[in-house]
Amino acid sequence: MRIAVDLNRCQGYAQCVYLAHEDFRLTGQEALTYEPNPDDERRLQVERAAAACPVQAIVIDRLDGAEGSATS
Amino acid sequence: MTVPATVAELVREFRANGRIVIVGASLAGLRAAEALREEGFTGSLTIIGDEPYEPYDRPPLSKQVLKGWVSADHTKLPRLREVNAQWRLGVAATGLDRAAKQVRLADGEQIPYDRLLIATGTRARQWPNPDEAALDGVYTLRSRDDAAQLQKALAAPPSRVMVIGAGFIGSEVASVCRELDLPVTVVERGSAPLVGALGGVIGEIAAEMQRDHGVDLRCGLGVSSLEGDSGGHVRRAHLSDGTTIDADVVVASLGSIRNVEWLEDAGLASGFWGVGCDAGGRAFDVNGVITDSIYVAGDVARAPHVLYEYQFLAMEHWDNAVLGAEVAAHNMVNLEPHYRPHLLLPGFWSGQFGVNIKSVGVPPFGDEIVFTQGSVKERHFAAAYGRRGRIVAAVTFDHGKWLEYYGKLIEHSGPFPPPPPGWDQPPDMKPIPAEFPQPGVPTAIPDVVLTGHDPSERRAEFRSRPR
Ligand SMILES: Cc1cc2nc3c(=O)[nH]c(=O)nc-3n(C[C@H](O)[C@H](O)[C@H](O)COP(=O)(O)OP(=O)(O)OC[C@H]3O[C@@H](n4cnc5c(N)ncnc54)[C@H](O)[C@@H]3O)c2cc1C
Ligand code: SF4
Repeated sequence: MRIAVDLNRCQGYAQCVYLAHEDFRLTGQEALTYEPNPDDERRLQVERAAAACPVQAIVIDRLDGAEGSATS
Repeated sequence: MTVPATVAELVREFRANGRIVIVGASLAGLRAAEALREEGFTGSLTIIGDEPYEPYDRPPLSKQVLKGWVSADHTKLPRLREVNAQWRLGVAATGLDRAAKQVRLADGEQIPYDRLLIATGTRARQWPNPDEAALDGVYTLRSRDDAAQLQKALAAPPSRVMVIGAGFIGSEVASVCRELDLPVTVVERGSAPLVGALGGVIGEIAAEMQRDHGVDLRCGLGVSSLEGDSGGHVRRAHLSDGTTIDADVVVASLGSIRNVEWLEDAGLASGFWGVGCDAGGRAFDVNGVITDSIYVAGDVARAPHVLYEYQFLAMEHWDNAVLGAEVAAHNMVNLEPHYRPHLLLPGFWSGQFGVNIKSVGVPPFGDEIVFTQGSVKERHFAAAYGRRGRIVAAVTFDHGKWLEYYGKLIEHSGPFPPPPPGWDQPPDMKPIPAEFPQPGVPTAIPDVVLTGHDPSERRAEFRSRPR
């Protein structure tokens, strides 16, 4: 799956880090980095993290791999 | 049929069967395509991109990817919905014929359009000496390929990295080098890192931050030449003060150039600063007259901003690409009075040396700065920029939660110095000069001349200056 975080919006609340620590990390106090291409196995965690983000900064793709490819 | 009914029918017909072409298959291009479908456009959609890849996200390239945490091909942008487009990837647009309404491609094909979106962004400015730029070990950072190559070079590891230019990308590269425990020298012509974007006062803080993290930072200096070994690999840099630095990886982060060359003969108001457009994304032609069929979004666009004296601003930031694309897409399939303006308060973020730097507004528009919250010493603060008694921008270091407060003030043209948010104030809240350098004026921009004698024949024309 693919994600992007709108870091303009992100306020470093770290909710996502608690819920999906393999894919979201804080570098320092509030600088967030993330894995833009999490394993599909972790979709549930990542979706939970996105839902919990108080400012809805996490953008998740809504298409499955195939549909999201260059030919769609 | 009445006139309004005819117009409504035309709009309906266009949404159902029109042809839209988007040039530039990255953040702005993809978001525009998605927004067009969201708006109910069911006609034909063609997306042209010169990179062979489907749209990917650039901010992680200088952060996660360089660090080696995420591989460069893991940065594809999420798809928000089906776009059902014809993708023409790996082929550049080379020309635009507005009379025939066709985009010319590098492979000779002509793609007809009814409406066109220009979203070709910018590219990295290369090291100016082509022989030196071609040495192994000399990099720039804009694309996925750039990031993959540079990441590999950093993992090697090199004995020393040299970064030329301490803007955001240069500073982020330096930060990653230190995280990887690589020796790094940063050479910056200005007085401090980030001065162009945030001014000398904040620049000094950024400079200290770099030095505290072990960066060998040299400001007020230029690199005069790069020297390679017999195998063609870069080994040394000569600085303007006569000193040399041994480095086997050199990253030139010298800012960006707008991808407008393919529009040269199109008769649009395009050039060094990008493609001029109104706040609704409609491109201006060379005469300064608005076009009906050509739109611009993202890094390549330049539009007047109401909050900044209607000056034409080019904003090379992520959310400008996203929101500009959405507005342009909306306006492409609607007519007045349903046009929407792109009135984004500019904003960007940067992660470096473990600190989250964020800004709203346009800092270089201000001439004064005041620290309003937190502590500079702890690099945990907010500061506001002002001009003529109005707040025009704000910057935070690890204080992102407060950005919205300042954003609201800027939107309402609030006073400067701003009313303190009532928390965490530093002892000294006196505004001081923000210390922006004088904006440089490029020399190679074309002249605009007026031709035609009769008022009805008067036209503007670009004439390139001989270099
Ligand atoms: C390393 C890096 C880090 C960044 N970090 C941040 C950050 O932390 N925060 C932030 O706010 N912003 C950041 N940015 C800026 C952000 O990525 C850009 O603002 C955004 O990518 C702009 O999107 P765009 O679609 O307008 O242009 P681009 O992403 O430049 O896309 C334009 C596309 O058009 C293609 N193209 C060009 N000419 C042609 C042609 N003639 N024919 C066909 N295709 C063409 C290009 O190859 C490119 O794929 C960063 C940028 C980089 C490079
Ligand atoms: S939960 Fe949202 S705001 Fe908080 S760190 Fe994650 S992305 Fe940022």
